[in-house]
Amino acid sequence: MSDAWIVVAVVGLVTIVFKSAGPVFLGRRALPARVRSMVDLLAPVMLMALVVTQTFGGNEELQVDARVPGVAAAAVAIWLRAPVIVAMVVAGAVTGLVRALA
Amino acid sequence: MPVETRSTPRIRDGVRAAIPLAPSPILFGLSFGVLAEAAGFGAVTVVVMSATTFAGAAQFAAVSVLDVGGTVAAAVLAAVFLNARYVAISLTVASIFPGGRFRRLVESQAIVDESWALSGRSGHFEWPILVGAGLLFYVVWVGSTALGTVVGGVFEDPNALGLDAAFAALFLALAVPYLRNRRGRQAAALAVAITLVLIPIAPAGVPLIAASAACLLGLSR
Repeated sequence: MSDAWIVVAVVGLVTIVFKSAGPVFLGRRALPARVRSMVDLLAPVMLMALVVTQTFGGNEELQVDARVPGVAAAAVAIWLRAPVIVAMVVAGAVTGLVRALA
Repeated sequence: MPVETRSTPRIRDGVRAAIPLAPSPILFGLSFGVLAEAAGFGAVTVVVMSATTFAGAAQFAAVSVLDVGGTVAAAVLAAVFLNARYVAISLTVASIFPGGRFRRLVESQAIVDESWALSGRSGHFEWPILVGAGLLFYVVWVGSTALGTVVGGVFEDPNALGLDAAFAALFLALAVPYLRNRRGRQAAALAVAITLVLIPIAPAGVPLIAASAACLLGLSR
């Protein structure tokens, strides 16, 4: 089985269990307040860590390459309240352009 | 059992309520199909992922981690951490699902951020709205993913597109709403610092997973 299939199978199964946690497994129980506040922080934490690894990661060193101007341009687009899809296209286009010129 | 004559909403009301929100999952599904196919996932794999995981950010995360050479474990953990919020979300609607365990298991898969938000609009959570909206989003999400894989297969050199930067832009845009409160900003800043420090010294994937420790800030008051 390829890596992609393993990831798809495990993530799919875990997500199905997560979504049914309340309705099927735990009932009306509530998460303890401290667990809840940690779970609430997981999304911003993982998303920003992904931003950093996608922008600077690779070959076990911090790389500053064509991705940086792309993501910077996207950040400006997001700041200007552009739709998410526009920010993605801006990032891809700027990075692609810089790569083509380099 | 008395015949119920309540004026409660029906599933089709949920479908209808979700229509104005449909353009967003359509565009995301398309871009997920394009990016995942271009990142080397097969078309079938990509569509199966949308059909089983049915949670955008986590799917993008898993694909992007593998795309930059991260391990299977790192890709899985990144997606699982992102979806952990569904445990909390599903607890808030635990009591609205009727029927036996299997039916509740199936219908609870309709829970996504948007269907959950719509179902609580009247001040209490309504099962028909949640399931109806989730059903529409599901069809739209899986369908547009499939369409995206067709488009994505056209590109011969996906990295020329700046695929990696497009992923980063998506995650940044998704993070912004969480950064409006102080605790969210602090945790995000700590995560950025951990990731930057570990990238030069740890194998791909490790910095990302280690950054999840930043959520421990939630323990302090």
